[in-house]
Amino acid sequence: MNNKVAAVTMRNISKSFGSVLANDKVWLDIYRGEILALLGENGSGKTTLMNMLSGIYFPDEGEITIDGKPVVIRSPKDAFDLGIGMIHQHFKLVDVLTATENVVLGLPGKLDLKAAARKIREICEAYGFDVDPDQKVYDMSVSQKQTVEIVKVLYRGADILILDEPTAVLTPQETDKLFAVLRNMRNDGKAIVIITHKMHEVEVLSDRVAILHHGRFIGDMLTAETTAQEMTNMMVGHAVTLNIDRPDPVDPKPRIQVEGLTVRNIDGILKLDDVSFTAYSGEILGIAGISGSGQKELLESIAGLQPVERGSVCYINDDGSREELLGKDPLRIQEMGVSLSFVPEDRLGMGLVGNMDLSDNMMLRSFRRGHSLFTDRRSPRDLAETVVRNLEVSTPSVQTPVRQLSGGNVQKVLVGREISSAPTVLLTAYAVRGLDINSSYTIYDLLNQQKTKGVAVIYVGEDLDVLLELADRILVLCGGRVSGVIPGKGATKREVGMMMTRLGGNSHE
Amino acid sequence: MNNNQRTPLFHISKRSALPWYSAWAIRGSAILLALLLCGIITSLVTGENPFQIYVAIFNGSFGTIRKFWVLLQNIAMLLCVSLAVTPAFRMRCWNLGAEGQSLIGGLAAAACMILLANKLPNWAVIVCMIVFSILAGAAWAAIPAIFKARWNTNETLFTLMMNYVATQLVAYYCVVWESPKGSGNIGIINPNTQIGWFPTIGNQKYLLNILIVAVLCVVMYIYLNYSKHGYEISVVGESERTARYVGIKVDRVIVRTMLLSGAVCGLAGLLLVGSTNHTLTPTIVDGRGFTAVMVSWLAKFNPIWMILTSFLLVFLGRGASEIATNFGLNRSFGDILTGVILFCIIGSEFFLNYKINFRKSAEKED
Repeated sequence: MNNKVAAVTMRNISKSFGSVLANDKVWLDIYRGEILALLGENGSGKTTLMNMLSGIYFPDEGEITIDGKPVVIRSPKDAFDLGIGMIHQHFKLVDVLTATENVVLGLPGKLDLKAAARKIREICEAYGFDVDPDQKVYDMSVSQKQTVEIVKVLYRGADILILDEPTAVLTPQETDKLFAVLRNMRNDGKAIVIITHKMHEVEVLSDRVAILHHGRFIGDMLTAETTAQEMTNMMVGHAVTLNIDRPDPVDPKPRIQVEGLTVRNIDGILKLDDVSFTAYSGEILGIAGISGSGQKELLESIAGLQPVERGSVCYINDDGSREELLGKDPLRIQEMGVSLSFVPEDRLGMGLVGNMDLSDNMMLRSFRRGHSLFTDRRSPRDLAETVVRNLEVSTPSVQTPVRQLSGGNVQKVLVGREISSAPTVLLTAYAVRGLDINSSYTIYDLLNQQKTKGVAVIYVGEDLDVLLELADRILVLCGGRVSGVIPGKGATKREVGMMMTRLGGNSHE
Repeated sequence: MNNNQRTPLFHISKRSALPWYSAWAIRGSAILLALLLCGIITSLVTGENPFQIYVAIFNGSFGTIRKFWVLLQNIAMLLCVSLAVTPAFRMRCWNLGAEGQSLIGGLAAAACMILLANKLPNWAVIVCMIVFSILAGAAWAAIPAIFKARWNTNETLFTLMMNYVATQLVAYYCVVWESPKGSGNIGIINPNTQIGWFPTIGNQKYLLNILIVAVLCVVMYIYLNYSKHGYEISVVGESERTARYVGIKVDRVIVRTMLLSGAVCGLAGLLLVGSTNHTLTPTIVDGRGFTAVMVSWLAKFNPIWMILTSFLLVFLGRGASEIATNFGLNRSFGDILTGVILFCIIGSEFFLNYKINFRKSAEKED
């Protein structure tokens, strides 16, 4: 099917970290003029494999050839010399320097910023990038920073580009722009690898997919000749259904009533402006919005972690009595008998302690219980074991520090702890961010279980497809204000997308 | 220079957990390597027989019964200050003011001995000394703690500065209370009445200190690892945001823990003045506030391991001065040897966490 010479071949590549075998005799071919999507669940070894190609890790065994010649890549510099450039998830730019300065940073030879800026403009024109070479990095949006990273790699003459989950930080519009640029580069004869686990991106962008599972190479095929279902099955290792349940809410009652909530951040910028809504028991209220539209502040205000300028957040008991939550810290809220659970966006920086083991992390919520001066170690350990068993957390033991677990397992531990206290309100922020399909569906199931138990679930999400399938009602935020609340059933992506960018979603001004 | 030969000579990778015996084998070989290096340096630089030097180092601590007791006393005092800084360190709050906090504790104890000697019975003086020195140490730590909790000032610089204030304060009172007049020193306080002198157990002058610190060590271990306070300290140390998220009052934990840290420093000052020296000088703490940082870090903030690390540091220090006197060498030479040994021990931590993979010998052949 392919008579082209592979730009890169990787043969029998293995790499282990301690006792973990991250890559096990992986084969991979990368061709010029083609976009290859590297697919796999969390921890399947995609990033490790690409890091070996870009000189960050050195393989334990295996051979790499570039254009048919065997090579040894010992450092990122070696990779650059071979024309391999990688754009990482976390950008490596100096904030106080301009785009041009960042691009030429570390290059040998005479420093000629003007010439460099000219060359950058040429690159931008050739592929349709939108970068001002003289703009400082701290002034740039996330997508502009990403563009600088790509330009940096191209400037150094890379013709094999690797992008590690490039769309995780982008809005839908920015993603479209990036894809257009990538297609231009492909047509220019460059070899492009993108690591992702978003299936629809694979379908619209890539020419070929290669799939890893548990560090092993499963196979590759032309994107046009496969389906999302087939790819997912190969990724997960067994057949999965891609539908999310949405049981009808049973006996919904007002649970949390937010009125006129207004929040300014530490710099005095308005993050939430007069937000009012009601969350009901037994339903999932989805919150949509471009990232940074006030989702974080909204959840943290309800959880008692965010100073609020004005407004009220009322908790309504089953008997109709109301209690104000604002102005109380999480401890007070807990002492009032309000069982409120919160799965924050920053799992290891806020929800859990990375260096503590599973059972010590279970203790975070419960360690104050009892009058003894000493902590009770038994019940957190029992809880940890229950969570590991029920949610199928893969961990060597409950004595393992949680930072050593993969993203999906970390999230299971956090969600497991938060639902263990039988909450009446469950707040979740980006509960499936960075999780593979299997783990994501586990989380959706857990949320649905909570919902049928009568919990008021508030689900802040970024994937509109999921929000539309999972949520009973969707509240759309736009620049800190409520753009509208619509029923999840029957809502369309276009409708919600409009509301995210314009108050009320009206298409005409 | 073809590509096949370009495989790097070695590359570094992270280890998974080591079994305890390999970990100790690595640490053991680090110490052996250190001794070997010291031997080479010694014979090269001084021309002395390295084995005699080793014997001298050993004799510095174990040569006589008296030296052995001095060793134990020094370990106890260093351990006491180390135990004081550890709760703060576990909270990632770098209290470098143990020197000053101990000094202020010692100053409070000396003040009680001097000012209350003829006004209160001996037992009451001792009670006052205990109360006031612990309070003084705690207060000295409370100042930077409150500033940190309120305005998020940098505790490292703040506590460090407080040391100088404490030293100058003590220097001032050394002149105020000088005895005899004009000496600029306080001299032994209450030499005849022995008021405020702590009792000795048996005939061992140092035994009381050693026992108190031993008990303190166990208590601190339990406090840090099994109490609710200890758990809060760990959570705040790991992540303040997580602590707030579960409703821990971070400011309160910071102040409370620094108070504890200062209080134990005050106790160290009290033992130095009331039990060991019966006098006060600006150098009475002898840099233990800083050595304690190393003791605590080397033991990874574990009070029980700190017994071992403080032994190591005291042992090396005593050995260094023994070499200096026996061989007529500069004391600095002893310090060089101490440095070499510590370098090897701390360096061995790298090999506990990482392993070095060498290029396979088969590849070298072709």
